[in-house]
Amino acid sequence: MGPAFFIAAAIAVFSTLMVITRYNIMHALLYLVVSFLSIAVIFYLYGAPFMAALEVIVYAGAIMVLIIFFVMMLNLGPQTASEERLWLTPRIWIGPSLLCVVLLVELGYLILLPSEPVDEIVTVDPKAVGLSLFGPYVLAVELAGMLLMAGIVGAYHLGRQKKKITHRFLEKTAEE
Amino acid sequence: MQQAVNYWWIIGGVLFVLLNTAAGLIWLERRMLALWQDRYGPNRAGPFGLFIVLADTIKLFFKEDWIPPFADKIVFVFAPAVVVASVLMSFAVIPFGPNVLVADFNIGLLFFLAMSSIGVYSVVLGGWASNNKYSLLGAMRGASQMISYEVFMGLALMGVVLLSGTFNLREIVEAQRGMWYIIPQFLGFVIFLIAGVAETHRLPFDIPEAESELVAGFHAEYSGMKFGMFFIGEYLGITLVSSMIVTLYFGGWLGPAFLPGVVWFILKTFVFISLFILLRASMPRPRYDQLMEYGWKVLFPLSLLNLLATAAIILILK
Repeated sequence: MGPAFFIAAAIAVFSTLMVITRYNIMHALLYLVVSFLSIAVIFYLYGAPFMAALEVIVYAGAIMVLIIFFVMMLNLGPQTASEERLWLTPRIWIGPSLLCVVLLVELGYLILLPSEPVDEIVTVDPKAVGLSLFGPYVLAVELAGMLLMAGIVGAYHLGRQKKKITHRFLEKTAEE
Repeated sequence: MQQAVNYWWIIGGVLFVLLNTAAGLIWLERRMLALWQDRYGPNRAGPFGLFIVLADTIKLFFKEDWIPPFADKIVFVFAPAVVVASVLMSFAVIPFGPNVLVADFNIGLLFFLAMSSIGVYSVVLGGWASNNKYSLLGAMRGASQMISYEVFMGLALMGVVLLSGTFNLREIVEAQRGMWYIIPQFLGFVIFLIAGVAETHRLPFDIPEAESELVAGFHAEYSGMKFGMFFIGEYLGITLVSSMIVTLYFGGWLGPAFLPGVVWFILKTFVFISLFILLRASMPRPRYDQLMEYGWKVLFPLSLLNLLATAAIILILK
């Protein structure tokens, strides 16, 4: 594990913490993008360049833009930030923190366990990813495809509407 | 040691040429637009009016740099930097010549796509942080336009990947020694060109800024060098898409041996930059819904068909 990993990991942890603690949802989303980018760097360092590129293209580049798009449409003003401030009281942190402490203890235990040294990092090239997707994991791909298809059909159903006629002259020609 | 020095030379050289190209394009665009519209354009300062670049730059630097009090300050300042940074990062993977290449990435093409999807943020965040109705509308148009056209862009590129069998741009250029990919991938080229225009939100697809409807769209509140960053980012984007077209479909630096590879690359790229300017001079702007409909109902099926046909032909020939 070189310094590159530790820098990327530190950025990932820090930005994820910022995602949780920001009151302004847009700033939180931007930190989430940074978190995705640092995770992409970690993927790249550990021999998964294809996954790294997809992480940036799909998560940071498409899904996050869509979420930001919807947040923009909701037009949240400063009052949402103050609402958020009211909701995020210290009492709320107790439960999640306890759960995290349990996980932390477990993680420390795993790190302290004497383990076999990790093998050399093997780079998984795009071809290998494609072969495994359409080889052993083809069922998962098909299922994901069906799920997406259902989403598309649903979106089509919600978005379908009759052509609106906005002018009375055009209305007449449309009836004929 | 020698290699490391060369490396820095290449990085410095690429940056120098790119930033100067982006500035020079201001002059080129104004002059060419003028010539196509039967006027002279800027022809007073210096030879052929070239010093207009200097005047424009000085003007941009000395304009008041104003952040509106109602804007989200951090995001407002951050947004223009994103576009320039992401475009400059993409140039790292483009092979300008046989050995003139900053990073020989084995996922170069994907890196280009990733950076262009990061570039969307500058439009979205710039428009949102301005806290202005027109900017917000521009940003929303920009987001949906760029996300949609990215899909066809990626799908159109997959034809090239199928033919060459690699994501590495240098190897893609090498694979075109026999035949440029413009011939087997003509449909892919057309789709990539259209998507490239939409991705750089240039005219005729400058719907995010559409000055006749939205004042100046997502950068309505920007002034001074912050506007300058959007401006330079746009020209850099044109250069990037042109050089990607050259790399992927027109054999990159390949060409008859009487000129070095870099010169061929620059010449070919220049042709496509001029095409971008000609598009601006000659095409009307479509309506927003027309643009989206055209993308999803025409370009999307076409790019899927292109992918299918290419794959089938490759399978048959094997």
